[in-house]
Amino acid sequence: MPKDDGIGASSKRREDLRFLTGNGKYTDDINLRGQTYVHFLRSDLAHGRINSIDTAAAEAMPGVLKVFTAADFASAGGIPCGWQVTDRFGEVMQEPKHPILAEGKVRHVGDPIAAVVAETYEQARDAAEAIDLDIEELEPVVDMVKALAPGATKVHDDLTSNLCYDWGFVEDNKDAVNAAFESAAHVVSLELTNNRLVANPMEPRVAVGDYDPWNDSHTLYTTSQNPHVIRLLMGAFVLNIPEHKLRVVAPDVGGGFGSKIYHYAEEAFCTFAAKVLKRPVKWTSSRSEAFISDAHGRDHKTKIELALDADHNFMAIRTETYANMGAYLSTFAPSIPTWLHGTLMAGNYRTPLIYVNVKAVFTNTVPVDAYRGAGRPEATFQIERLVDKAARELGVDPIELRRKNFIKADQFPYQTPVAVVYDTGNYDATMDKMLELADYANFESRHAESAARGKLRGFGIAHYIEACGIAPSNLVGQLGARAGLYESASVRVNATGSISVYTGSHSHGQGHETTFAQVVAEMIGVDASSIEIHHGDTSNTPMGMGTYGSRSLAVGGSAIVKATNKVIDKAKKIAAHLLEAAPEDIELKDGKFSVAGTDKSVDWSGVTLAAYVPHNYPLEDLEPGLEETAFYDPSNFTFPSGAYGCEIELDPETGKIDILRFIAADDFGNIVNPMIVEGQVHGGLAQGIGQALLENCVYDDQGQLLSGSYMDYTMPRADDVRGFTVDHSCITPCTHNPLGVKGCGEAGAIGSPPAVVNAAIDALHRAGHTHVTHIDMPLTPSRVWAAMNR
Amino acid sequence: MHNFEFVKPASVADAVAALGRGEAQPLSGGQTLIPSMKARLNAPEILVSLTGITEMQGVSRDGDSLTIGAATTHATVARDAASDFPGLAALAGQIGDPAVRNRGTLGGSVANNDPSACYPAAVLGTGATIVTNTREIAADDFFQGMFTTALDEGEIITGVRFPIAQASAYAKFLQPASRFALTGVFVAKYASGVRVAVTGASENGVFRWAEAEAALSAQFDAEAVAGLSVSPHEMISDLHGTPEYRAHLVRVMNQRGVRAAS
Repeated sequence: MPKDDGIGASSKRREDLRFLTGNGKYTDDINLRGQTYVHFLRSDLAHGRINSIDTAAAEAMPGVLKVFTAADFASAGGIPCGWQVTDRFGEVMQEPKHPILAEGKVRHVGDPIAAVVAETYEQARDAAEAIDLDIEELEPVVDMVKALAPGATKVHDDLTSNLCYDWGFVEDNKDAVNAAFESAAHVVSLELTNNRLVANPMEPRVAVGDYDPWNDSHTLYTTSQNPHVIRLLMGAFVLNIPEHKLRVVAPDVGGGFGSKIYHYAEEAFCTFAAKVLKRPVKWTSSRSEAFISDAHGRDHKTKIELALDADHNFMAIRTETYANMGAYLSTFAPSIPTWLHGTLMAGNYRTPLIYVNVKAVFTNTVPVDAYRGAGRPEATFQIERLVDKAARELGVDPIELRRKNFIKADQFPYQTPVAVVYDTGNYDATMDKMLELADYANFESRHAESAARGKLRGFGIAHYIEACGIAPSNLVGQLGARAGLYESASVRVNATGSISVYTGSHSHGQGHETTFAQVVAEMIGVDASSIEIHHGDTSNTPMGMGTYGSRSLAVGGSAIVKATNKVIDKAKKIAAHLLEAAPEDIELKDGKFSVAGTDKSVDWSGVTLAAYVPHNYPLEDLEPGLEETAFYDPSNFTFPSGAYGCEIELDPETGKIDILRFIAADDFGNIVNPMIVEGQVHGGLAQGIGQALLENCVYDDQGQLLSGSYMDYTMPRADDVRGFTVDHSCITPCTHNPLGVKGCGEAGAIGSPPAVVNAAIDALHRAGHTHVTHIDMPLTPSRVWAAMNR
Repeated sequence: MHNFEFVKPASVADAVAALGRGEAQPLSGGQTLIPSMKARLNAPEILVSLTGITEMQGVSRDGDSLTIGAATTHATVARDAASDFPGLAALAGQIGDPAVRNRGTLGGSVANNDPSACYPAAVLGTGATIVTNTREIAADDFFQGMFTTALDEGEIITGVRFPIAQASAYAKFLQPASRFALTGVFVAKYASGVRVAVTGASENGVFRWAEAEAALSAQFDAEAVAGLSVSPHEMISDLHGTPEYRAHLVRVMNQRGVRAAS
């Protein structure tokens, strides 16, 4: 059994006390003296030319301090993009300017045109209605394929077309892949859409800008997953504020799912306007505003083909994908359909040849960027739908076809044809575990029981791989990242032995304050309650890259391990001095230093006190104090994997799908807090099932958002996701980080959509609807019924 | 939300008087009006609350009919009508979520006549009588298309008188996001015959399905309508369902309603 609150213990989340009692401190809870409020006047047209903006009447309204337009930002840069993709011809992507407020044109519904700052929020809104706009409506570009047609209207007049890039991967494999298809015994193909989603974190975005004229320094409070990244991007590229004059604080944050990674115009606006007005400026997004200003997710259209030999070995995969960028490039948008998608196209299989083509397209829609899983759900959905379709077309068991082509447990490390090297995994083990937990052996009897009630039961399988622990900085630098992707930690041991840990990661619901404390408690052997985790403030945490890509424990946790080991090394030297022994003879166990083979010992607090009250201390060899900082840059990605099983019942009269069982058997490597891991998987599954059955962000052909509120955008409710069976007992530890952990935050959202859709297709085929080979997500009752009755 | 004046009269007469002043609108549960005001789509100068009027509250039985005050919340109807008119109470208990049911009212829903609302199906499906401050209106004359009713400007619904059915049920297929009715069918059996009213499906709002009523009046059995269908013409088309799908659901939900009522 794990020790209390050490590694392996399901410690209760210490942060939940404040969250569950309404005592969290979120950005909207921050109210500064003299605070003003901004309301953004946003475009209700998808595409238009701004002829004039008359703000005179608005500026004369009660309480109005100033109305800003693009002209006020002549000295500022545009919102930067953090990743530059090089296309298959060796050219860099087309990168349009992304102004803080619309310049010359509006390019999507929600594009901010003007910003009214007033004494109250309602005054700002009232005044916004008095702004006189002359905007000439232009033909919008909504459909990605039409956007690339010759002569299509351009979203950005100064670019050559709406094509951001045309990426090929691995370009040198293209001919060999095509040749494999020529010689294949079987070719299976599938066209599919990965539906656009809105992240919808419970807490909408908020920004509060503050300026201290006496010190010429800025503070931005913001709902961010990575305050250091915001400080770097906004300070260096947008507002020209050096780091020592800019503090960014992301306090408690109520969920992000990717949408709070990016640097947004509203953050730059509040920071800038606070200096202009010499007063704090606050913006709180409404839910309606979030739908048209938070970066969206997914939105791919793909054709994928699989070549198999006569023995059903996978020979090659070939894909062509259109990826929607929206109207501007969000911070990491270009990397999602390329390096976070193409490199995962091997899945769990030994497919020797892969070619992925991605055309990234500008449209008059909200920018699209990472959303829980980011590229990997898109890859997994394609592969796992296609393998299922192949099994059906070949008349073989979908489980056996997968097993036949799995990378086997003794083949790791495994070099895929799409650049990455999987360090560990055991895909047969997770498949076995899932089938056992699903009681798959008795599925037929359950199917018969449903059939007797007139219902169609189906079982769907998906096996996924993901690349987490983002990422080796030198590698991503070669791939176009304009940032490093290490993580940082400072471990400050206080005089009486308590420990303050400062992490560059950011917790916005993941439970870092609990998990990270467990790691340090385990290493030193002290009670977790003596350890506090601090995050989210650039003024006291070392420069770190934040939380996304299931990286916090694998990368941020590893930085904490490194810093803690430095602390332990120094503490042992102090203990050696106190115990009059050699440092190499000192052992640390259960918070006590002892000399090996003797009964001489000194406890943890005796050493820490000596460090800060160095009366008896080797001052000639060792500095006083006990505080260490470490930066950890991973040498590889981590590769969580797992088998998901979904059992559904489909009502043939209405097309409605009910999920009866969902089983997730994951290999996350070592586990620090099993309860938190289970919660992370539950959340991921809810979002993946949401994508598969419920959620859909839809624009009409005029670029109007049809699903702009919860009246039409279906968020999963508790009764849509009635319970999961979650297992993480299959463990192949990561070989290259000190904890052997892989990351668990995104798995549920990655593996579940194909499992759900495969279950629906299985139910339909078992009932004789064999003409239904695919239904695009979300599988709403209307769509399922239409497919059945085509 | 723009500023407005708020009045809360204690009698129907005072409410009518208040509504005669300027740009006034009646406010009942506010489940439609308040969100539209918050979105600045609606900006009345005066809001006249109808929830402080005692005579517009409550459920009372009078012989073969159940009269419900227009300002009675869905939650109250779900509770207080359960023994006298279980089909109607069950419909009220399926509207929205608990928060909506504790604010939203019968009169507000009926006066708004949202094409996807539940109550219009019950009012039309029972052949109820809408009682206003000036007159009584038969359900068949009241609903005049999407968001359109027979109410005059300034006229207030004070209550609805429902003839109690021998058997009744409401079968609702949820629009997955809003959980309004994607298609909902209220079936009510009376000595005089069966009434079938459909909400959520038609661009013209709630309607009666005459063929089904005739078939079910002859034989109150789900199989009696198995071969019937409604035309998808003028059915609603949106993200959640095609006209063809809604037309199909009319029959399916009708059968489910009959089974539940049998």
